[in-house]
Amino acid sequence: MSQAPAFDRRAAAAAADAKLGEALRFTTGRLQAGRAAALAELPDADALRDHARRVRAHTLRHLGRYLDQFAVQVEALGGTVHWATTAADAVAVVVEIATRRAARLVVKSKSMLSEEIELNHALEQAGIRVVETDLGEFIVQLARDRPSHIITPIVHWTREDVAVLFRQRLGAAEQDVADIPAMTAFARRLLRREFLAADIGVSGVNFGVASTGSIVTVTNEGNGRLTTTTPPLHVALMGIERIVPTVDDLEVMLRLLARSATGQKLSVYTNIVTGPRRDGEVDGPRELHVVLVDNGRSTLLAGELAEILYCIRCGACLNICPVYQRVGGHTYDSVYPGPLGSVLTPGLHGLAAAPDLPQASTLCGACRDVCPVRIDIPRMLVALRTSSVQQGLGPGWVRLGVKAHAWLASRPRAYRAALRAVGVASAPLARQGWMARLPWPLSGWTAHRDFPAPARRPFSALWAERRRAR
Amino acid sequence: MSRITRVQLFVTCLVDAFAPRTGLAVVDLLERLGLEVECPDGLTCCGQPQLNGGFAMEAAALARRTVDLLTVDDAPVIVPSGSCTDMIVHQYPRLLADDARYAERARQLASRCYELSQFLVDVLGLEVVDARGTGHVAYHASCHGLRGLGVRRQPEQLLDGVDGLTRVPLSEADVCCGFGGLFAVKMPGVSGAMLQRKLDAIEASGADTIVVTDLSCGLHIAGGLRRRGSRVRVVHLADVLGAEP
Repeated sequence: MSQAPAFDRRAAAAAADAKLGEALRFTTGRLQAGRAAALAELPDADALRDHARRVRAHTLRHLGRYLDQFAVQVEALGGTVHWATTAADAVAVVVEIATRRAARLVVKSKSMLSEEIELNHALEQAGIRVVETDLGEFIVQLARDRPSHIITPIVHWTREDVAVLFRQRLGAAEQDVADIPAMTAFARRLLRREFLAADIGVSGVNFGVASTGSIVTVTNEGNGRLTTTTPPLHVALMGIERIVPTVDDLEVMLRLLARSATGQKLSVYTNIVTGPRRDGEVDGPRELHVVLVDNGRSTLLAGELAEILYCIRCGACLNICPVYQRVGGHTYDSVYPGPLGSVLTPGLHGLAAAPDLPQASTLCGACRDVCPVRIDIPRMLVALRTSSVQQGLGPGWVRLGVKAHAWLASRPRAYRAALRAVGVASAPLARQGWMARLPWPLSGWTAHRDFPAPARRPFSALWAERRRAR
Repeated sequence: MSRITRVQLFVTCLVDAFAPRTGLAVVDLLERLGLEVECPDGLTCCGQPQLNGGFAMEAAALARRTVDLLTVDDAPVIVPSGSCTDMIVHQYPRLLADDARYAERARQLASRCYELSQFLVDVLGLEVVDARGTGHVAYHASCHGLRGLGVRRQPEQLLDGVDGLTRVPLSEADVCCGFGGLFAVKMPGVSGAMLQRKLDAIEASGADTIVVTDLSCGLHIAGGLRRRGSRVRVVHLADVLGAEP
């Protein structure tokens, strides 16, 4: 009988996949170690994190003002700002820009927001070819797969998988897939042609600087720079929470982002675009459009989940999470997986859209410990669980069981009687104090471990006896 | 702090039901240290399963009755569980913040409630406790004690001071065992997978005994080891320290 939630069924399958387990263990382990070493190098990482948290809190408290300032700056530089309330609005803006330009080819650098609004699909529907240029995303697109991590989208792939894919789908020769550098060079040759032929470059935005109207993207492959400078038109997709007030604040975030994400001091490329090409400049797009996407964020901002918008998308909470490590990103069935996604996805789209995600955590707190801006994810998971109970979501047996337990626990005499009854009822099932099989719903427990039989006499009885003896 | 002569003990619902001898070991240990121990009548569960399950109203009701029972007397409260201590110290004040009758008492209780090893080392200032043991032990650092209260150094230090014991390192000692309360039953697939990784680390450590400061994780790990047919035992820190020299 499968009573387990969909998340858990996917999780069990993922956990049984030894190759996936090895890939996750290797990459999350490497990223965690890198992060720890890179933060230890800073003179006072804790103070920097506290400062970064204050910057994020301040910015979001005054978000309207900073967004306006940012928009004014972008337009003063000659860019165009579009405000999109929903994912559909954002997609419509981009499709409209592309069709107006009769664009045939769009190159993209990595953008989780574009995944969130499902941009590629809409562009393809409009007859436009879309090419992902981040190597991981390129592979995801080629394989019609989905990213399983926000920083390393193909953490679930091995180099051998990629070699097979390149040979089958791209006709790569043996020497093209001999090792990772060869495969990278092969992809690079293909992508270079696309960059030069593209009509539009679509990028995400790591940070938008309010005081200067600058758009900042960080990459390790240089594809972000080519995407935002080679095609004649650049569309930057930016979540409204990505604002930093000043260049000084940007510096704080950049120092923490790369260290927390990959253990680098800085990403290989930090790309700062301040307006479209100016007269006399030799490169850069002629036209720059910034699409500011809300898609549920301003609603989040007003509630008890606002803190999740502090997130700078480093992925450290995914790497440290013992659930993510065992089950991988696809198990979450959410654009944003891991602890971040378990708050953000139900936060943006409602609990009904992702009822299992807030439950998919032991509340161990490791995510809160590593977060560069100290987001209290466990607190918000509990808040979401509370909303879930209030909305009547979740299995009935949990509600009944938890309420019955609370009722008994408020009545010590009934509680003791129930304890004795459980002791008597379980005695025939127990061997050496442990039970190997229990009926549903406790069968979930005994699927993986024995369950302890209650002691014949609880501590309260032994204590009362000892006290009487004195 | 050496003026503490009396303490109140909240053994927790799990010790009460599943490991009464661990409860007595805590009493013995505290009495051996010259403290008068009182276990207030009527204590049951701190309400953490309710809170973490999203049943805030039920959790608050249990929090209020626990506050009532533990504020009759103003002696320090000792809890042999990092997780339940964290509930009282960090969650009660939050949960009862808007309750005019309880907010202040919850804060006051939080200020004198300690996990057992934290009390011994940080409050009493003990470096060692007179106790004897044998074999190789490893400490599993339970999440809420570790990240909520900073409990790790204290139990490890106390274990290192036990005559006859050798403490060995446990890899990923600070990674969750997958218990998570109702999580273990609601999400058996994930929980089981996390447990297997913990058990692998335990078996690779060479320890014959795993020491915990939370019975919940201890029972979870012990149930898993038993299912595997492993000979590694799991005990509570109080079981080790309670053994007289």
